Amino acid sequence: MPELKFPVPFAIVRTCLSIENVCMSFSDNGRRLDVLKDVSLDVEEGEFVCILGPSGCGKSTLLNIVGGFVRATSGKVAIDGEEVQGPDPRRIFVFQERGVFPWLDVEANTGFGLFNLPKQERRRRIDYYIKLVGLTGFEHAYPQELSGGMKQRLEVARALAVNPDMLFLDEPFGALDSITRLVMRTELLRIWEAERKTILFVTHDIDESVQLADRVVVMSARPGQIRREVRIDIPHPRDISSRKYLQLRDHIFEEIGLAHKV
Amino acid sequence: MSPGLRILRPTVFVALLIALWQIGVRRATTHIIPGPWTVLLGMIELWRKGLLLRYVIASLFRVTWGFLMALVTAVPFGLFAGWHRRTRMAFNPLIQIFRPISPLAWIPIAILWFGVGDVSATFLIFLASFLPLTVSAMNAVQSIDPIQLNAARNFGLSRSQVIYRVLCPAVMPQLIVGLRITLGVSWLVVVAAEMIAVNSGLGFLIIDARNAGNRYDLVIAAMVLIGVIGLLLDIGMRELETLPSVRWGFRDN
Repeated sequence: MPELKFPVPFAIVRTCLSIENVCMSFSDNGRRLDVLKDVSLDVEEGEFVCILGPSGCGKSTLLNIVGGFVRATSGKVAIDGEEVQGPDPRRIFVFQERGVFPWLDVEANTGFGLFNLPKQERRRRIDYYIKLVGLTGFEHAYPQELSGGMKQRLEVARALAVNPDMLFLDEPFGALDSITRLVMRTELLRIWEAERKTILFVTHDIDESVQLADRVVVMSARPGQIRREVRIDIPHPRDISSRKYLQLRDHIFEEIGLAHKV
Repeated sequence: MSPGLRILRPTVFVALLIALWQIGVRRATTHIIPGPWTVLLGMIELWRKGLLLRYVIASLFRVTWGFLMALVTAVPFGLFAGWHRRTRMAFNPLIQIFRPISPLAWIPIAILWFGVGDVSATFLIFLASFLPLTVSAMNAVQSIDPIQLNAARNFGLSRSQVIYRVLCPAVMPQLIVGLRITLGVSWLVVVAAEMIAVNSGLGFLIIDARNAGNRYDLVIAAMVLIGVIGLLLDIGMRELETLPSVRWGFRDN
């Protein structure tokens, strides 16, 4: 096992999200189905954490609980010391491009959450975030005229426009082709570096998690449990052919129980 | 396909059918069924007497009122039932029982309640439109992607804001299809209702022309008018589908 080091500034950051002993079970025809068992996780402010696991390991359920859309059977989720009671505009959930509103154009989608702001400020933010995600020139296009990757950018712009503290992304690039997916990862990192939001990113793609995250949380399935946390202390931009990168990646492959050979 | 060809093709086809009609009538041994020319003369006669416009307007008037009344009651009710599970569960069996009853089966009851006249005919249109509109509004709400509702809640929208900013626009495409189909049904029913309950309108014209001396030219003239007006209503409703805020719901556009 490679030796794991903590990144330098860890002394000054503070925990902003804490998940304590979260359990989730559904009853299916009288049979109890444990989806999550005793999941505990702390996330620091500004940290990029990937939750990695096979399909059906409950990682999306965990994200939905943290996002406030689903209530856990037991356990506690707190953000900045405040228990999560429901969805909140300070933490925005980004769905797989299906979350954009097809009846609104790019501009109106981006401004969707800004209804409480004065007109001028709304205008300023819409312009800024459309530019940030690279959709300039498409302000008046409707989602059905956009490609999958552009819809995904639009959703990110809409999320960032309300200036949230945290972003939750649930396999956001899962529906994209592999080339667009690579571009979107670079884009997401660029945006993250500009905005420094805390990001919780759910994926089943090992490479994706090692390329993006500060820390990868590996989950096992049925019941979903945290198996290991792996810190990826390689600065961005990451050289994905470097020895260290490959070591970390192979380590996770092993952890999941895959021999990295096809 | 160029727009010229799109109009030309059906026009040529219809002209061909009319020609066949003419030939068929010429070769027939009886003279009860009129040819296209006779029908056109019949239509001109109606126009001269001032009946054509009067009857068309009478029929459209009944459809408009019956349909509008159904629209303002059924759509809010259907949206609410689609949104609210308990209401839906309470009303759904009732809706499914009433749905297979043809609106025309209500004619005796309509006459009993409202007498012979416009109110009865309008009531029948209302009945014919109410359930289909309710069902399509209900289904439209239920087929909203829950992700979109979650996204809206995530941005801190209140319940009424979610309804106004997400539910309403999200149901529009499916609702417009429902409106279009229902308007077609209303037009079908008004003609049938007029055969019994009133003394004006295109349905009345068909029965009256037959009773008053077997004027089959006028019967067919009325049929042609019904068809053409039905087509125009449908084209008008289809225009709604091209609005930018609902276009997403129609794949072929």
